[in-house]
Amino acid sequence: MHAAVIVFPGSNCDRDLKVAFERAGARVSMVWHKDTEMPSGVDVIGVPGGFSFGDYLRCGAIAANSPICRSVIRHAEAGGYVLGVCNGFQVLTETGLLPGVLLRNAGLKYVCKALDLTVETADSAYTSGYAPGSTITVPIAHHDGNYFADAPTLDRLNAEDRVAFRYVQNPNGSQQDIAGILSENRRVLGMMPHPERMAEPAHGGTDGAALFRSLVDQLAHA
Amino acid sequence: MKARVHVMLKTGVLDPQGEAVRHALGQLGFDGVEAVRQGKVIELDLAETDRAKAEQAVTEMCEKLLANTVIESYSVELD
Repeated sequence: MHAAVIVFPGSNCDRDLKVAFERAGARVSMVWHKDTEMPSGVDVIGVPGGFSFGDYLRCGAIAANSPICRSVIRHAEAGGYVLGVCNGFQVLTETGLLPGVLLRNAGLKYVCKALDLTVETADSAYTSGYAPGSTITVPIAHHDGNYFADAPTLDRLNAEDRVAFRYVQNPNGSQQDIAGILSENRRVLGMMPHPERMAEPAHGGTDGAALFRSLVDQLAHA
Repeated sequence: MKARVHVMLKTGVLDPQGEAVRHALGQLGFDGVEAVRQGKVIELDLAETDRAKAEQAVTEMCEKLLANTVIESYSVELD
């Protein structure tokens, strides 16, 4: 299983994401934002957390228009897997691969702490390693994680079982406590919490590891 | 030609920054500020001299990058 992790100027969780994929058994290529093509045979693309392009204009907006993102969009449109964490989630909404946007936190403060999430669906390669309805502890670290979408979009996400995770206690004002959502084909996941930062015992917990393990296992046997 | 783009959150989208500014104005004794919405102004210097073409180009820039039309509306002024 071959994963690519995109590196933008200002990415700061790219190496953590690489390690999490590797520990789950993937081979990982780091891909610079000015590249125009993915390495051949990439199964999943990781769009990491951080502050791509200094969050200028809007979080993720400049990154979403970078050369490599055209290749990310092509990969997703061809049925490929894409995982966006934190700033990566913001980038994926700006590309239009996922609906909605991430607004400034309702409390206006940057929030950095481990939080409980409810796993809303096990019906995806990312979440099949969790029992639906179970609670996992994963850290957040963001200033703009307040998920917003119009009412028809929210209705559709719920009706299609595309909310992957919800916060048990809403830290940022997100509509319906949404922490992560899936694309229509369930192969693109965007989430504000950082599973790669809770993936080995030294992190203080391992609840994030199952996401990478189930994704790598499913794609390795695909 | 110069263009000025105003980007604002759409009505109905919560603006926590505007709300914080409104609260701070109240604390300073400015009563009667019923709502504050905060937006952005982006100024562009364009090589284009044809007004209609400039307006069309800036509109396209807004749609593609300058505004996120899921939550933001924009208006364009040309000098």
